[in-house]
Amino acid sequence: MATEDINKNSESAQPESHGRREALKALATVPVLGALAYGVYKKQKLENTGRNISDVFPVSKEGASFLEPMAGGKQIRIGVIGFGIRGKQLLRAAGFAEPSWIDRMIEANKSNKNDTRYEQYIQQDDLNIVINGVCDIFDVYGEDAVLAGSNINREGSNGKFGKAPKRYRHYKELLAADDIDAVIISTPDHWHSTMAMDAAKAGKHVYLEKPLSWTVPETYMVREVIKETGVVFQLGHQGRQTDCYQKAAEIIGNGLLGGVNLIEVCTNRNSPNGAWVYDIIEGSSPQTIDWAQFEGDPERIKEYMDYMTKYSLERYVGPEERSKFSLERFFRWRCWWDYSTGLSGDLLTHEYDAVNQIMNVGIPHSATSSGGIYFFKDGRTVPDVLQTTFEFPDRNMTMLYSATQASSRNRGKVFMGHDASMEVSNILEVTVDQDSTRYAEKINQGIIPTDAPFYTYVPGQDSSDSVTSPTELYFAKRGLLYTYVNGKRYDTTHLHIREWLECIRQGKTPSCNIDQAFEEAMTAHMGTRAYLEGRTMYWDRDKEEIVRGEIV
Amino acid sequence: MKTDQCYTKAQLTWLVILRVFIGWHFMYEGLVKILNPKWTSLPYLLDSKGPAANFFIKLTQNAGLMDIVNFLNEWALILIGFALIAGCLSRIASVGGMCLLVMYSLSHPSFVGASYMMPFEGSYLWIDKNLVEFAALGVLCTFPTSRIIGIDRLLIKVLPDSFRKYKLI
Repeated sequence: MATEDINKNSESAQPESHGRREALKALATVPVLGALAYGVYKKQKLENTGRNISDVFPVSKEGASFLEPMAGGKQIRIGVIGFGIRGKQLLRAAGFAEPSWIDRMIEANKSNKNDTRYEQYIQQDDLNIVINGVCDIFDVYGEDAVLAGSNINREGSNGKFGKAPKRYRHYKELLAADDIDAVIISTPDHWHSTMAMDAAKAGKHVYLEKPLSWTVPETYMVREVIKETGVVFQLGHQGRQTDCYQKAAEIIGNGLLGGVNLIEVCTNRNSPNGAWVYDIIEGSSPQTIDWAQFEGDPERIKEYMDYMTKYSLERYVGPEERSKFSLERFFRWRCWWDYSTGLSGDLLTHEYDAVNQIMNVGIPHSATSSGGIYFFKDGRTVPDVLQTTFEFPDRNMTMLYSATQASSRNRGKVFMGHDASMEVSNILEVTVDQDSTRYAEKINQGIIPTDAPFYTYVPGQDSSDSVTSPTELYFAKRGLLYTYVNGKRYDTTHLHIREWLECIRQGKTPSCNIDQAFEEAMTAHMGTRAYLEGRTMYWDRDKEEIVRGEIV
Repeated sequence: MKTDQCYTKAQLTWLVILRVFIGWHFMYEGLVKILNPKWTSLPYLLDSKGPAANFFIKLTQNAGLMDIVNFLNEWALILIGFALIAGCLSRIASVGGMCLLVMYSLSHPSFVGASYMMPFEGSYLWIDKNLVEFAALGVLCTFPTSRIIGIDRLLIKVLPDSFRKYKLI
């Protein structure tokens, strides 16, 4: 090997004449840094000009706002009516879990460290309430409720409990108690309005599970009673607390989708549980269940039967006698119109309420439904597949609800406008329409893509005024970006109950108040009646009535 | 003990190119993160797989810790990148870079059956580009060039002897 081909690094002192060469060798690669800096500058400049869309897509940088608890608010004394699946969830969201649930969550965390439900639950804010009374007509649930209500330290079975709430056998006894300020009602649908009215008349504030009502006539009555008594009323659409819905309202309000002409909302479930085939709980029998109370309020039953017979809909009644004890009907009551409001009342209402919150649509002009019992042929009378089309001609818009309980293919909540469409779930995505007028220029310039969402709002992240990058989109779609840090991602049901309690303390009106509830119930009833009668139902806005046939 | 390197011109050229390229890659990765105020390693860490996944996911559960992790990652990338390009303490930088790459590989190992939200741009089985870069930095540690082409050529004269003794430079 030729010696001049060999590079040596010698530490011996270099002659002065070598100083320049020495420096050159030392700094030979430094210009690369300059090249990198220039490249980064060019790239940044291009990205900033290319991605900024604030001129055509103005959205605020603010996240959602919620009614904050007032310092030093008084303790509210709660009564719980109904402690089934949803009742347990509500009380948990209010800070009172059954000890056995805590045990299960601790176990779940032990076997899977990523299961942090227990930790999250413990970190949930204290709502400054006390459970003074509970009522369930099934003894096992009643006892469960007593235990949960006394679990003031959020502990497992071996924990130290507080004073046990009194267990009532009849809800009217609970309502008569003077150590209760407010009630949380989560009973079968056929009891909702009746209990809400009785509670309001007894001066108790009401948190009522959805839907507001089971029959049409009671819908007017409950609105009147709630308004007359002036109690603080909240209907259980916890979706009201969904961060994204506030951003969705802003985007539509700013006209960023153009005219919205079609909204598609869906229910996609595919399991017995999702189709209301719930477990029959051990210990249930005619001795432990107060069947007479389960049957319902005679006045309500009459309203129901009157409607069913008047329009020859007897095939939807029963088929079993109302008085006949049935564990299936007790635990799976959602499957029979005798107690249920079907897909309309149970699941459509969540979707409608979201749309009503975002766009303030009110009761639709008309409803047309179709569907059937196509999969769960288990003796139920309510359909497991349902489509309802609501027309809002004054808004130039249709809302289509499509539900199946036998396929979980995910179909989102989509607002379709001339300029863009928006899909809303726990995150929000806006995709620009290729034929949009508003964004035509940006589309032509290649700034706004039309084949993928260009704007993504993720709760807890700063709102962005630039085109969403593919990386952000990947993570957002998979829900990871909104995974809380420090466990401070609130459960919407917790926030919804908190809002109700704060409204009681601060004398305010909750977001899902009785007027919103009335709109929700009437919309659902229109859909249900359209299905049952097989014809379009119309809403007479002046008379506030559901009208069959055409309005001329 | 022989501490001086003797390379042919071609060897030196390619080793320096390798050093500068890896430095460029590191530095740009760091700059991109610093220039994006919304950047956080949170989703990447949450998507960790393999035996060390628990450790990385745990990091994400504390906001303060995440700030530190993000800060360290950003500045480590930039400083390592700078050091490799300029040939300044580049042996330490190479080891630092190897440490970072080991962390990335532990978080996102290319195991059979592991799938990630952000798909890799190529196809890998066990050995991915992180590990290739890791090995390349190992080569740079073993065949240092910064004392020939790089600021270390000057530093060696002013730094204490222990730097040379412990092969830190």
